[in-house]
Amino acid sequence: MIFAEWKPIDELVEKLKAHKKVLLVGCATCVAECAAGGEKEVETLAPLLSMALKKQGCSVEIITATLEKQCEFEFVEELIEKGHDVDAVMSLACGIGVQAMADLFDPIPVYPGVNTSALTIREEAGLWAGRCAACGDCVLGETFGLCPIARCAKSLLNGPCGGTRGNGKCEVSEDTDCIWNLIVERGDERGQLDSLAEVKKSKNWSNSRHGGPKRVIREDLR
Amino acid sequence: MKNLSGSNLEYTLASGVFAVTAEVGPPKGPDAGEVKEKAAVLKGFADAYNVTDNQTAVVRMSSIAASKILYDQGLEPIMQIVCRDRNRIAIQSDLLGAHALGLRNVLCLSGDHQSAGAGGKLNGHPGAKNVFDIDSIQLISIVKGLGKGIQESGDPISPAAPFFIGAAWTPFGPPEKFRTIRLKKKIDAGANFIQTQAVYDIKRFAEAMRRAEDMGLTEKAAILPGIIVPRSAGMLNYMNANVPGIEVPDEMIQRMKDAQHPKVEGIKITLELVDAVKNLSGVKGVHLQAIEAEGLLPDIINEAGLLPRP
Repeated sequence: MIFAEWKPIDELVEKLKAHKKVLLVGCATCVAECAAGGEKEVETLAPLLSMALKKQGCSVEIITATLEKQCEFEFVEELIEKGHDVDAVMSLACGIGVQAMADLFDPIPVYPGVNTSALTIREEAGLWAGRCAACGDCVLGETFGLCPIARCAKSLLNGPCGGTRGNGKCEVSEDTDCIWNLIVERGDERGQLDSLAEVKKSKNWSNSRHGGPKRVIREDLR
Repeated sequence: MKNLSGSNLEYTLASGVFAVTAEVGPPKGPDAGEVKEKAAVLKGFADAYNVTDNQTAVVRMSSIAASKILYDQGLEPIMQIVCRDRNRIAIQSDLLGAHALGLRNVLCLSGDHQSAGAGGKLNGHPGAKNVFDIDSIQLISIVKGLGKGIQESGDPISPAAPFFIGAAWTPFGPPEKFRTIRLKKKIDAGANFIQTQAVYDIKRFAEAMRRAEDMGLTEKAAILPGIIVPRSAGMLNYMNANVPGIEVPDEMIQRMKDAQHPKVEGIKITLELVDAVKNLSGVKGVHLQAIEAEGLLPDIINEAGLLPRP
């Protein structure tokens, strides 16, 4: 899922304090899964924001809504009626949802209420970990299903750097596995360590953001 | 063995002389004088001198500039390049520039992550965007390509820019089983010489060397074990606990603890280590470091019987 987390309340207050009526919008997909922007979070954040704004002497009315999907225009359109008299929108969706709102509510400002930071899996309750970097050139078939682009701090393609800690953790954090240590372990268990012995050539990053903004046309669907 | 790159280190190794390399860390400021001072202390005591590239992700004078300062002082630099800060375009451009300046040795590294910030002792730049367009092994391939007159893209250059190519080896890092394979990959990609993470456990290093030798790697590249002069039991403890890939035997830490003069004992240990690795099959030289104490190296190199340098 797309992972996001709340921005600091102070930052949100700073954005909203000059407004009169704000629509706070959640999304029931990824950000609900990661407990940052679902209906529950929207209804929790709204009173917190009201209180914080009041403390600063700002009287801002906050109305709320949570869309089934904020990343599709069809769903966002549902809100045009409800938000017809607001002078600002705050979205708790990922950056895709925020931009969909911004397009449809233009010229009313739409502020992000969360920081979108990764494509993750929920490893256990309350623990999310990055799994994909959307690099546009998937190598999982060569690394036993463990991604060295998203899960190695240096996106290395030819094995672990010299920074692997003695306990198999990454130099960047005590709590993060060196993914190359796990790739090698898995390859070894399958008796396929040899497949990692070949030098992997420099990667072509151009099918990701590095190649310019993504735009895909599928003629068969038009 | 032909001396293809014009590197003195390549020549020394090709002629079968036990090589000595040392390290000169560029300053955190712009003072060329600081580099020259270190150069004056070490000149004539090693065959080539590693010039680090923003190690521990702390901004320092560029490796290429500090290398050129050393070169002008008559010392042969080994310009280190990390993959953290520059993409393949910038790195190749710097390599061509380095070659034009007369630099002939390059050490290809992944580079410490930008969150390192000198192990928390300095602010560093943890908010920096990292690059890692290529990894250290791909970098080796690229340097090798320039030596054949071909850029990474396949575009030709003329004349070619041959370098004597170095790489690092961390024989004790997990997954240990893979570390020799990774060494082989580096050599397959084009590494001519290998400098290792600091070695204190000779028994384990001898086993690692045997594995490398069994794979035929010592025939293809010159392996120079790294030795960092220990200066206190605390320093050894710190490295053992915190520096990935460094293993210090308990007896050695105890020996430093018991020593009346730890600094003298550290020099003794260094000399014993040099002697021990010299006798290991496949070892072609030694990479000596005295962190923030380069002044110790001339005496150590002299006492180790490694003078005069060719």
